Amino acid sequence: MVNPKKILLLVPAFLLSLYAMAQNDSTEDVGFMRSEGKIYVVMVVVITILAGFLLYLSRLDRKISSFEKGEQS
Amino acid sequence: MIRKSWWKVLSVVLLIYTFTAGFLIKVPHVGNLYGSIRNFFFHVPMWFGMMVLFMVSVIYAIKHLRKPNINSDIYSREYAKTGIVYGVLGLVTGSVWASFTWGEAWSNDPKQLLAAIALLIYVAYFILRNSIPDIDKRARIGAVYNIFACAMLFPTLWIIPRMVESLHPGGQGVEGNPGMGGKDLDPAMRIVFWPAVIGWTLLGVWMTTLRIRLELLKEKQPING
Repeated sequence: MVNPKKILLLVPAFLLSLYAMAQNDSTEDVGFMRSEGKIYVVMVVVITILAGFLLYLSRLDRKISSFEKGEQS
Repeated sequence: MIRKSWWKVLSVVLLIYTFTAGFLIKVPHVGNLYGSIRNFFFHVPMWFGMMVLFMVSVIYAIKHLRKPNINSDIYSREYAKTGIVYGVLGLVTGSVWASFTWGEAWSNDPKQLLAAIALLIYVAYFILRNSIPDIDKRARIGAVYNIFACAMLFPTLWIIPRMVESLHPGGQGVEGNPGMGGKDLDPAMRIVFWPAVIGWTLLGVWMTTLRIRLELLKEKQPING
């Protein structure tokens, strides 16, 4: 049984590889985040919001699970 | 079913619109923002959503004080919780945005500081609640404190940031209206911004109602499950 939390480790792994590839771009003057009209800043912001809501959702999931368990006993 | 949950559909539609139009429309050129001005559709609605959720929370707090009822206490508490989530997301997205426009994630801008203070006041609401073992007392004192916390929102988020120099729009010596965007908000951005605010806010209400439903179920449970 794979611990679901370990799957989350894949996220930084994927992001790191992306970051490594981005270094090959010829954007050394502004840096990756400031390239393409700073649109990647919006990407990070949107991902932050998504992560926040997913965290909130998973906490609710856990709350409901423990409630269901208590109901059976 | 669809008649009761039309607003959930509306939330989804508005958010899909936000995520497509928000990235596609032509945006004005403002300072060194460039494309990151599109954060306006994601960062700012977090704060608007937080305001609405805290407002709903205080309405239920007043309701509870007028006529003590465990249900209105549950409503008040859960709306405040989601409000804090929105506020924290607003702070985090704001500092990401600031890193690449103002140069650092936290520049002690008055609005940053005061928004953090406003959130801490609401965190204290939960600390206060959890420190009182008696359920009725907890609900009543919590409701009174909730009104105080709500009253602090206005000076911290709307009034003081306008009176001092600020990196945010709307401070002294900076163009723009910090609240509504008003006449300074580009018309093209306005047609995405307001749907975005409504969509994000309805999503917050949706998440809150799920938690409320769970809490109400727990309440019905004999001897608390």
